[in-house]
Amino acid sequence: MAIRKCTLSALVWLLSVSPWVQASPSDIANQGLGENIAPCSSCHGAHGEGNAAAGFPRLAGLGAPYLEAQLDAFASGARENAVMQPIASALSTDQRSAMATYYSQLSAEGAQASKGQSDNPPDTGAELAEHGRWANDIPACVQCHGPAGVGVGEHFPALAGQPAAYLEGQLRAWRNGKRPGGPMGLMASIAAKLDESDIKPVAQYFAAQSPAPAKGLDHE
Amino acid sequence: MSNRIPLLTVAVSFAMLAAVIFWVGTRDQSAPTPAQAKTANAAPAARGDTTESATKSEDVAVSGNAASERSEPLPGAAQPGAASAADDFAPPARSEIPDDEFGAMVRKGRDIFTDTQQHADQFVGNDLQCANCHLDEGRRPDSAPLWAAWAMYPAYRGKNKHVNDFAERIQGCFRYSMNGTPPPRGDEVLVALESYAYWLASGAPVAKNLPGRGYPELEAPEQPPSFTRGKQVFADHCALCHGSDGQGQRAADGSLAFPPLWGPRSYNWGAGMHRVNTAAGFIKANMPLGAATLSDQQAWDVARFIDSQERPQDPRFTGSVSETAEQYHGEHSMYGQTVNGVVLGQNAPPSGTAAKVNQP
Repeated sequence: MAIRKCTLSALVWLLSVSPWVQASPSDIANQGLGENIAPCSSCHGAHGEGNAAAGFPRLAGLGAPYLEAQLDAFASGARENAVMQPIASALSTDQRSAMATYYSQLSAEGAQASKGQSDNPPDTGAELAEHGRWANDIPACVQCHGPAGVGVGEHFPALAGQPAAYLEGQLRAWRNGKRPGGPMGLMASIAAKLDESDIKPVAQYFAAQSPAPAKGLDHE
Repeated sequence: MSNRIPLLTVAVSFAMLAAVIFWVGTRDQSAPTPAQAKTANAAPAARGDTTESATKSEDVAVSGNAASERSEPLPGAAQPGAASAADDFAPPARSEIPDDEFGAMVRKGRDIFTDTQQHADQFVGNDLQCANCHLDEGRRPDSAPLWAAWAMYPAYRGKNKHVNDFAERIQGCFRYSMNGTPPPRGDEVLVALESYAYWLASGAPVAKNLPGRGYPELEAPEQPPSFTRGKQVFADHCALCHGSDGQGQRAADGSLAFPPLWGPRSYNWGAGMHRVNTAAGFIKANMPLGAATLSDQQAWDVARFIDSQERPQDPRFTGSVSETAEQYHGEHSMYGQTVNGVVLGQNAPPSGTAAKVNQP
């Protein structure tokens, strides 16, 4: 009997978890999973383009390690977010990794829909974004995030075309300790040096940039 | 017993089915993941920043001493980051560039300075920009600011054993730090850069060693600089931007983002930054970008590590590494020394770039 009980419970367990383990990242993105995981696309768009009006960020084309670190931080609560926390913690470690890869492979070009907010960003935002404020040891944002915030490598996500409200929220989250400081604590340290009056203009500057990088600026 | 067997069979079948589903599901999900993450990490190509090294020798020039390229300790610059006290010299604001013919040349110089590849490509033989080593567009104290350099020339330089004017000094940057071909005297690139430096120095005293000039001269470290410790510092504090292979990274639009610190697209064996003390001073005062938090010892160690990597040949190469080392390289240079069983300079890629015709 003991064997039978074991077998049955194993069976029940396997059947109950199988829908989770078999769902592909694309399924999870578009259909969600079980009761706790809404489709990512419902907020982040069918192509991971985000939703400017609602302030949901673009995911398409961001670095996989960056996205995975964010999902892990949501799951652990290190990055505070009431919507993402339950979703990320319902995903397994492997699923978080798979979702990060999935979105990193969607093209930013397909994410054009998120552009179009704040077409006239204030000059003060451009000044900080393009030149920084070295008197306070603040490098230009574009030094790490690329020209117009198109992104650099896997650890410096694109800012171009991200919703202004989202970018603003992140800078505040770093200042308030509600988001981990990122690699080497770089963003926490920079956000701490910003003035409150810097935040909106610089967020608006990047929101107004096109998310699809124009290739071939370089001679090489 | 007998009625348990069918049940067990059913259970096992379901279990196997579930296992297959599990396996397929896992395979779908994970196949792209780790592989992709790894390649992407290893791939970053190269490019970018730091070294307008010859700068430090810039300081040197002034001391009027021919001696080595060692820069003299700069008053007020000994404490990295401390150079910008309220009463120190400050260059004019970006917005103050005049709207006239001279202002246009100043802007041209600034553009060359910040995107050297784009605006002076024909003179550049690597993936560095002037602004990689002269941070904040040549304005930052302790990062060899142009405003502090401009009024210190003409000056005698030990490096070439004669009096150099500012134009020749900039030519040296192109030859060594940019591993390129110096713009000829009178070339617009040179005139534009001179104009930009001159404008930044508006109101600065002439022939005065201003605080913040050059890079800070660090005290000798407690322990001799170590390649091994430096390698660890690099992994912990530098590789995020410059890549674990030191080859820098490009932005998503293909432009240079983080500069290569060694290899064929970095500064050559004649650049000031190839000297461990110069690199240590720059690093201590300025790296990591916006969060310069390394100890002196860490700065020395990582400078030793970076400057113990192969890079383009010294343009003054005589045909023999030992002879070139003897003639041109002092105590702070790793050139000609044996590191990990290899003589540095022996496998250096050729210096310079084929001279291209300057488009008018």
